[in-house]
Amino acid sequence: MDNALATTSFAVASQRPESIAASQPVNAKSTLMNGKILSIEALTVSFDGFKAVDGLDMSIDENELRVVIGPNGAGKTTLLDMICGKTKPTSGSIRFRGTELSKLSDYQIVRMGVGRKFQTPSIYEDLTVAENLEISIPQVHGVWASIFFRRTKEVRERIAYVAEEIMLKDHLRMKSGKLSHGQKQWLEIGMLLMQDSDLMLLDEPVAGMSPREREETAELLKRIANGKSLVVIEHDMDFVRSIAKKVTVLHQGRLLSEGSVEEVQNDPRVIEVYLGH
Amino acid sequence: MNISAKQGERFAHAGLALLLLGLLPLALGPYWLNLVGKYLAFSFVAVGIVLAWGYCGILSLGQGVFFGFGGYAMAMFLKLEASAPELPDFMVWSSVEQLPFWWEPYSSFGVTLASIFLVPIPVAFIFAYAIFRKRVSGVYFAIVTIALSMTLVVLNIGQQGETGGANGITDFSTLLGFDIINDAGKKAIYWVEVGLLLAATTLAALLLHSRFGKLLIAVRDREDRVRFSGFDTAMIKAFIFTVSAVLSSVGGAMFALQAGLVTPSLIGAVTSVELVIYAAVGGRLSVVGAVVGALLVGFTKSYLSEHYPETWLFFLGAMFIFVVWVLPNGLADLFRKILRVKA
Repeated sequence: MDNALATTSFAVASQRPESIAASQPVNAKSTLMNGKILSIEALTVSFDGFKAVDGLDMSIDENELRVVIGPNGAGKTTLLDMICGKTKPTSGSIRFRGTELSKLSDYQIVRMGVGRKFQTPSIYEDLTVAENLEISIPQVHGVWASIFFRRTKEVRERIAYVAEEIMLKDHLRMKSGKLSHGQKQWLEIGMLLMQDSDLMLLDEPVAGMSPREREETAELLKRIANGKSLVVIEHDMDFVRSIAKKVTVLHQGRLLSEGSVEEVQNDPRVIEVYLGH
Repeated sequence: MNISAKQGERFAHAGLALLLLGLLPLALGPYWLNLVGKYLAFSFVAVGIVLAWGYCGILSLGQGVFFGFGGYAMAMFLKLEASAPELPDFMVWSSVEQLPFWWEPYSSFGVTLASIFLVPIPVAFIFAYAIFRKRVSGVYFAIVTIALSMTLVVLNIGQQGETGGANGITDFSTLLGFDIINDAGKKAIYWVEVGLLLAATTLAALLLHSRFGKLLIAVRDREDRVRFSGFDTAMIKAFIFTVSAVLSSVGGAMFALQAGLVTPSLIGAVTSVELVIYAAVGGRLSVVGAVVGALLVGFTKSYLSEHYPETWLFFLGAMFIFVVWVLPNGLADLFRKILRVKA
């Protein structure tokens, strides 16, 4: 089942019309950085002297699904904010396939291929599910292009495909404000899929979901990770175990530990941070 | 009767066309039709406010600036025609001896028309883009725009010799030699105005149905998310603000023709705020509602100011409060409920 969907994903992606695919970032660049899609060096940000992230080094491979965990205030969300341009770093560098992101504005970073899902579902409640997805179509960002945008067959197929992927194909014409909390989370993930980001940053994607929805989301993320890189912030360790190969633990803005779920869970420094007080 | 939103909207546009092209010209005499024409001039602005405020959340309290620009541009041309080959009378009274350089283009009707449509574009766009890029929005933007309109009124009044000062520009009666004061002239202007207005409402509706229209709603409700979908939201907001500025300017030009005068108060804060009330009463999410709101509030205002010269402003304020309280989406909402239009 997973494989079948992954194959469809590839097929649909390669069929996308010129108008949408025209200015797609060229994937050939990806070889430039030894298979690393993102490398972060000595990243620091301070708010009035408080260092939310402090000299952080880390890197994400192409096609990797990385989970970032850590106690409250560890700097997880701030890290994602800096990658996607919401917060400007005080010093250090964030390179995405060789391009320095910290100098770009938020929408330019998105156009490079970095997508962000926020902690609380951030969708357009007054628009239908289909319209939410349509707005997220990449490479049609200009005003005139939007005015003269046509809902071609390819566009409709792409929307239908993503809607099926995020389990919302029966809700396409529904106002998205009427969706359940979990469905809203999926819709926002679907918007990133439409955006065709190569690196997706997900902040607590299963917050507020039922156990069944969590399972479905885990499956969804594993399917997505086939061909994309994901950075996921999560608290729920069962969920982390179900999706992660590699986990990064942050504590007070610094890297505390990195490795497989087992390695990290057995790391005395991690145990100290979580249980020590 | 249960109808879809799409049918409801078509119904509203058809109804408006019927009202403006058929019912009102047939039913009303020249005096009343002229009044309708004046209110319709304001309705151009109201349509722009629906686009910018209703759909994109940009509350501008300075739409009078562009309304005034269009009005003055048209009035300058008409005044030059009326006083040619002499200087306009108010210049003579202020002992201005030579036509100010910025008046000169307005001796040509073609240039005047072009400037009414084109000058607001760079002005509004640069102003709005600079502000929105700095992420200034909401009530702060409203304050900047109201301050702008108040400043321009002071500037305008101060330049008595070049702008006509507090009296504005009055006393013109022909357009390219064609009498615009008599009934036939007024009626011709009415048809031109209705034609332009129906074109504007149709284009506005098409714009709102495009992907760009959905984008406006998205920016209004979650600007952050739109930026993180890769859009330059300042560009989107500046664009729709510019559209509303051009509509205001065209409305101003029509006002000059209908009213036969322009005064600094058209630019001022009171006009600007009133224009927002027109849109709110009609329905800030309805293009047709904005036009109906302008007509309705306009007539109410005329009636009240004749019968209650001291207190009519209070009635206007009460009307605004009532609508915001009971019908937050204006009269258009009332129609939707009556016709049971599905959302």
